[in-house]
Amino acid sequence: MRRALLASALGLLLALLALRPLLEARMTAQMLLQIPLLVCVGVVLGHVLPARWSAHVAPWNRGGLSGLVLATVAVMFWMLPRSLDAAAREPLMDVAKHLSLPLLAGMPIALSWPRAGFVIRGVVLLELVASCFRLGWLYLISPLRLCNNYALDDQRRLGAWLLVIGFALLAWIAFKLLWGNMDARRLSPGADDRGRDAAYPLH
Amino acid sequence: MAALRTALASAALLLAGGALLGWATDGFRAFTTENARRLAVQRHPVAVPDAALQDQSGARFALADLRGRWLLVDFVYTSCPTLCLALGGDFAQLQAALAGPIAQDRVALLSISFDPVRDTPDRLTGYLKQFGGHGAGWRAARPVDAEGLARLEQTFGITVIPDGMGGYTHNGGIHLVDPRGRLVQIFDPGDPAAVARESERRLQG
Repeated sequence: MRRALLASALGLLLALLALRPLLEARMTAQMLLQIPLLVCVGVVLGHVLPARWSAHVAPWNRGGLSGLVLATVAVMFWMLPRSLDAAAREPLMDVAKHLSLPLLAGMPIALSWPRAGFVIRGVVLLELVASCFRLGWLYLISPLRLCNNYALDDQRRLGAWLLVIGFALLAWIAFKLLWGNMDARRLSPGADDRGRDAAYPLH
Repeated sequence: MAALRTALASAALLLAGGALLGWATDGFRAFTTENARRLAVQRHPVAVPDAALQDQSGARFALADLRGRWLLVDFVYTSCPTLCLALGGDFAQLQAALAGPIAQDRVALLSISFDPVRDTPDRLTGYLKQFGGHGAGWRAARPVDAEGLARLEQTFGITVIPDGMGGYTHNGGIHLVDPRGRLVQIFDPGDPAAVARESERRLQG
């Protein structure tokens, strides 16, 4: 099982590397496919990490807080238009992107999300939705290109997609809140480090 | 213990992350490549490489021959329906606003085409005429070889992407090159008066 997961993560990374020219030719493909899939590679890697390693990190990552801070910073860096431009132009920045998104965003998410309680999950998810709306709106209405490597219609298409994704996430969260499992006694297994909050949905 | 360690780790990550984002945006001032290149040349002027050019009359010259005077440079292609029209309009106004220093040969305007195959001297002449450019002090030129064009695009920070319909999407601005051949400032298109003011100020300084 562990080997299969590791193989699929590395396979996905290799596929992403092979498709790099295609994925970086469009802003939409880079933001909606390449970056999320690189984060996914890290999430899978985080799951196959030896238990000893994750146990080592756990005392520094109560409620998944540190890991989610790290992942947020890493993702924020790659949301800067300058960073996207640089990755499309400079090989070194592209290497940094393919390493940092799995290792500094995906892996910390895998190690932290299971430890995160209701409040932390809520904050992260709502911030994600808000970012989709903020960036989506900006990309949709900006008369200026934010990336020198991408055309304006590409930027607008990305903006529209981000709004759609923001609404879909919001609908999913609302559904979980309304119809999710609200039984306060039902904690998920292995929830040693969670507060009472953890019993709420968004799991 | 875990709470304290997590607080420490998170605070350290936030600080490091803030420093990283600050570094990556020149102190939260430049979030786009376009702003970054404006800030970068103001801090550290860049030596402009030489390139062989051919102007609208068919005459060949080297960019380095133009040293010794202030240069205002933009990058265009003559069939451009958008940004290059704005830049052309700006240059026409600059040609009038800076007529004095141009007549003394202390300032010159240069429009460089990044579409040298289609922008023949005839097309370049047409481009200048379109804006009432009357020759004096405003040349339109195309790089003679691809390497020269690539060097110029690299140094000036011009990114040109084919739009699939025979045109290009490209960034642009008005680039001020000092008499020593260094790129010292980049202005946004659309405000030629500000460019003229700043050029006059530098001419006196």
